[in-house]
Formats: sequence, C-alpha cells, structure tokens
Amino acid sequence: MAKMTMVQALNLALRQEMEKDDRVILLGEDVGLDGGVFRVTDGLIESFGDQRVVDTPLAETGIVGMSIGMAVYGLRPVCEIQFSGFSYQNFHQLENHAARMRWRTQGRLTVPMVLRAPYGGGVRALEHHSESREAYWAHTPGLKMVIPSGPRNARALLVSAIRDPDPVIFYESKALYRAFREEVPEEEETLPLGQPQVVRQGSDLSLIAYGAMMRPTLKAAEELAEEGVEAEVIDLLTISPLDDTLLVESLTRTGRAVVVHEAPRSFGPGAEVVSRLMEGAFHYLQAPIERVTGYDIVIPYFSREKEYIPSVERIVEAGRRTLRS
Amino acid sequence: MPREKLVIADSIERLSILDDKGQLDRELEPDIPEELLLKLYRYMLLGRRFDERMLDLQRQGRIGTFPPIKGQEASQLGAIACLEASDWLVPSFRETTAELWRGRSLESVLLYYNGYNEGTVIPPEQCDLPMAVPVGSQVLHAVGLAWAAKYRRQDQVVMSFFGDGATSEGDFHEGLNFAAVYQAPVVFVCQNNQWAISVPLSRQTATPTLAQKAIAYGMPGIQVDGNDVLAVYAAAREAVERARAGGGPTLIECVTYRVMMHTTADEPSKYRSEEEVELWRERDPLPRFGDYLKARGSLSEESAAAVEEAVLAEVQAGVDRAEQQMATLGDPLQMFDHLFAELPPATQAQKEALARELAANDREEHHG
Ligand SMILES: Cc1ncc(C[n+]2csc(CCOP(=O)(O)OP(=O)(O)O)c2C)c(N)n1
Ligand SMILES: [Mg+2]
Repeated sequence: MAKMTMVQALNLALRQEMEKDDRVILLGEDVGLDGGVFRVTDGLIESFGDQRVVDTPLAETGIVGMSIGMAVYGLRPVCEIQFSGFSYQNFHQLENHAARMRWRTQGRLTVPMVLRAPYGGGVRALEHHSESREAYWAHTPGLKMVIPSGPRNARALLVSAIRDPDPVIFYESKALYRAFREEVPEEEETLPLGQPQVVRQGSDLSLIAYGAMMRPTLKAAEELAEEGVEAEVIDLLTISPLDDTLLVESLTRTGRAVVVHEAPRSFGPGAEVVSRLMEGAFHYLQAPIERVTGYDIVIPYFSREKEYIPSVERIVEAGRRTLRS
Repeated sequence: MPREKLVIADSIERLSILDDKGQLDRELEPDIPEELLLKLYRYMLLGRRFDERMLDLQRQGRIGTFPPIKGQEASQLGAIACLEASDWLVPSFRETTAELWRGRSLESVLLYYNGYNEGTVIPPEQCDLPMAVPVGSQVLHAVGLAWAAKYRRQDQVVMSFFGDGATSEGDFHEGLNFAAVYQAPVVFVCQNNQWAISVPLSRQTATPTLAQKAIAYGMPGIQVDGNDVLAVYAAAREAVERARAGGGPTLIECVTYRVMMHTTADEPSKYRSEEEVELWRERDPLPRFGDYLKARGSLSEESAAAVEEAVLAEVQAGVDRAEQQMATLGDPLQMFDHLFAELPPATQAQKEALARELAANDREEHHG
C-alpha cells in the first residue's frame, strides 16, 4: 500500500480502469498534456495516447454533449469539467439528455458516463471557482451525485462510478486534493454507490456530512468527546440517490442529529436528509435536527470565505444545542 | 438542378502597420493626435509595470492568483482607445490594462485579486461591466447592451473582449449571430494570444484564422497584428465608426501572445517550449511602439525615463492605497450585502447569527 493524496488516488483509479477497459476515454479542457489543472490526469496521455486522453476545445456543452454520444455508442467517457462553477454551461445536456436517455428510450440507449469536477471553497481561488452546487444534480432525476471525502474512498468510488451503468456526477473537493495522504491499496477496491458509511461510532448524537465537511465534522466529534459526548459520524459519500437506512438507524439510537454541508442552506442536501430523518425516525427524535451549512448567498471572494464555510466551532455549537434540548 | 457556385467572401484582411522590425507602412499610418499617442505609451507601460508588480505581490503572498497580461498591452489599448467614455467596455478577465484605461483604479484590481468583493465595484460614471471569469459568457451581454443602446437611440458602441479559447464556447457563436442579425453596435475584440491554458490555437479550431468566423455570421472580420498598437487602433477605429454609424458589428482578431503563465497557478513548461516564448518576446509591443514614437520625435530618452518614473510611482501609490484599504475591509458580514435589493428574512437571520458568532469569538479572544 502506498500513501497517496486524493489527486494521486484518483489518478490511480483512472489509470487502472483505462488499463482494464479500452472503452474508458478521458476528455476535457487541459486533461492531456497539462495533466489537468489539478494534475488528476497527470501522465495518462503519455501512457494511453491522445485518442484516449482527449484535450477538447474550450466548451463545456461540447464536452458533455459529446460524452453523451460516446456513452450511447458504448464507450465509457469520463469527462472533466475544470471547475464545477463552469458546469452550468452544460446543464441542459445533463438535464435533458444524460439524465433521461434510458428513460426516453425505455431502456434501449443508456449513458454510462462520469462527469468529474472540482468543487468547494477554501483554497483562495478566484470567483466562480469555489461553489458547492451539488443540489442541482442531486435534484435531477436520472443522475447520481457522488462526493468522496478522502483519497481511499475517492479511488474506490471513482472506479464504481466508471463502472456504473448510468450517468454519475463526481465532485472532488479542491480543499482535499492535497490536504492529507491515506494508504490506498494497489489492488482493486470499489465502494458501492448509494451507501453512506459510519466513520465514527457514538450514541449521543449523529453528525452527518460529506466531502470536504468530513474533516471539520470529525474534529467536532473529537471536541465533543472531550465534553463527554459521543457523536456518531456518518459520511454520505453518495448524495443522490440517498439511502437513508443507515441515517435513520443511527438516529433511532441517538435521537439527535446535526447535518453539515458547505452548500447554501436553503433547498440544500441537508434539507432532504432532515426530511428523511423526520419520516423515518420521528418518534425517536429528542431535539430539533440542526443544520450547519453555507449561507444563502454566493460564497464570498476568498478573503471572507473562512467565515462562510462551516467551521469546527459551528458544528460543535450546533451539537451542544441539540444536546441541551 | 445544377450544382452552382455560391459567391461567399473567401478572404479576409490582415493588417500590420508597424512590423516587428520597426518598419512603418506610412500609407497606413493612422492619424493619432500626439496626446493620445503619449497616453497610449504611458498606459502600455503602466500595464506592463503593474503586471510585473502584481507577480511580485502574488509570489510574496500579498495577493492571490491572477492572470498576467504581459505582451497583450497593445492589443488591448489600441482597441479601447477608440471608445468614448460613454461607450461600454465588456471585458473578460485578462484586460487589466484596458480596464485601467477606462478608469478602473489599481487598488480595485488588487482588492479583487486579493479576494475582496469590493474589487468589482464600478465607479458610477463608468459604463462598463466587471470582468467575466466564465469564458465567453460576456459576449452576449455586449450584444444586449448594444441592442438596448440602439433601442434608446443612443449612439453608444459596445466593445467586448475575449480570448481565442472563448471562440469555442457556444456563447461566442450565439453572440456573433445575434449581433449580426440585429445589426447591433458591437465591436468584438478577440485577444488571440495563441493559448487557452495548455491548449494551442491549432487544437482549439480547425480554421487558420479566428477572424474568418465573422464571414459565417455575416459581419466584417479582420485580423491584425496585435503587438502593433497602430494596427489595432486603425482596425478598431474603423469598426467603432461603422458601429456608431449603424453599420453593425465587426470581429477583430488581434494576433498576440501570452508571454507569461495562464495564471500564477499555471506551469507552462509542461506544455510549450521556451523557444516559442522567446520568439514572441522579441515581438514585444512596447519597445516597438517606443521606437516609433522616438523616430517621429514624440518621445526622447529623457521623456521616456520620466514616463517610466511616473508609472512606477503610480504603481507604488496604488499598492499602498490597496494595502491601506484592505486593512479596513475585514468585516465578514459584508458578504451578505448586495445579493438582493433587500435581504430576505431567513438570510437576514443567518447574517445575525454570524454577527453573534463573531462577537462571541471576539469576547473569547479578549478574555481567553
Ligand atoms: C466557461 C469556463 N470554462 C473554463 C474556465 C477555466 N478557464 C479559465 S481561462 C481558460 C482559458 C481561456 O483561454 P482564452 O479564451 O484563450 O483566454 P486567455 O486565458 O488566453 O486570455 C479556461 C479554460 C472558465 N473560466 N470558464
Ligand atoms: Mg488565449
């Protein structure tokens, strides 16, 4: 096992899937010679050539529309949108075609593509480079929305996403790309899409998060532990389709929950999680479920982003509030 | 029915007036008032020195990521110099010099690149849009502004800037098509600096020029030597005059070069050779224009040195003002301002919650 950053782990997933399956084609802006602006596709054009690692003209609609055609033909395109903030250009291709080709053709044509895009704040980036708009895709029937939280699960989930028979939007946190290393096995490893994981056990409170918010959430759990509160921490991994079994089960034991995300609060993924908990565990609730989220504003330019992004203190404070009631 | 030949324009012009050997085509030399020539020179130098200073500041961690403009001064200023103050500038993200020409302050640029929302404030007297980061998106706004100006019978012209990469976006094609259909008074200025991050022009388009795309949309197109400020000026003046006279849009392709990295986060040695860059360094628009001015007696060694000194002082003063302002701009609550004319109650409550949180943190810091 090698210790890898998330960038390296994603690169490993792509490389191994490309070695195994010649249907896997990468395309996007600067993914070839440059190896992607974050270097996720580094070295792949050298190994697989420019027919399998395709530098495209600068057009997101083009990239996604073309991926749909390639996927319908039987290939497994993995396209990169350089920043999720530029995936709105290709919105209609996802909504009108990728998400519903199977449905429209009653199962005859399918779109097994992956759209990878860096998302989220915290890296002092220019405007339009720091947003978390996973709710758009999670809200679109026919799309799967996956967000890993570390090198190892990023690798395993990306492999599963590539092999999935349906379109998957795969958001990668820029803040996590090089934040830490984890052991990532050389041999194949997958994780099922649509299955959250318990990453810390506890019986006093359920903390539910995903992506870049996992680290502050785990840190908050540690701080709460110092106060004698044992928080269970759950990583969603897949935002949509959301499997709430584990979440509901956790809440039946803890009776209290805090949901954390960087995306704006209103109509965000947290709202869906809370609804599912209400539906599934209403009689076990001992306190109103709290949300710790980004505010309902555009994420500010970077000098103020720290105050926008949910912090450990905010999560701890929300946890304490649920415990007081 | 026979196969007939349809006659469609099959050529476009390329304009060069002051070539990279310093040869001047006297017949084409535009008639530019002395004062404007000197202003152009000063802004070219200001653009250059400010860019260099920003690179230093970025390397020292005093500002964040930014896209250098070095080498593109002529292709921005030659064009923007043809606008009246009452016209509109619709920039992309690499027209810093053009924005300075229009009156944007140095400190506004620095605030922006150091992550302050205050850096995109447009002075009330200025008819400009803020820079647009989503590539190509601004092209359509230029058409809308121009349509509106025509509707209001204002003889304003709109000038939109964008890169070679932007010509691959649908927004670019839609913008040109709309403008031609409505005969909107827009001048489209493409800064063809040969690269879109790591993608060279030859992988961006299969056509030998970008200017020829104008033909497909039914508007005049011209390619100019973008490192020749006289050529850029001459082409832009013609286009602006045509637009103002009701003659519709024009596409100008300025052939220039991105001498520096795409942004300070980019590493160009991964995808292009130093030899290529060197070739273009020799075509630097700045000394070329300086030599022209000296040859015609508009500039001397002494006056050039004086301009240099004044520009450096201006840059320093801008940096000082920016750093003074930044020291007073910390308030995080500002992030809630200006999203709507009126903040909705739930968002107002979020703002108040943050205010309480910040106050509590303050108290903790004082007592803890
Ligand atoms: C819609 C969109 N896609 C991708 C990006 C990321 N990006 C920023 S600049 C750039 C290249 C732009 O090339 P060009 O239009 O030639 O302008 P230049 O950078 O050379 O000035 C890319 C891909 C973006 N800002 N917007
Ligand atoms: Mg370019």
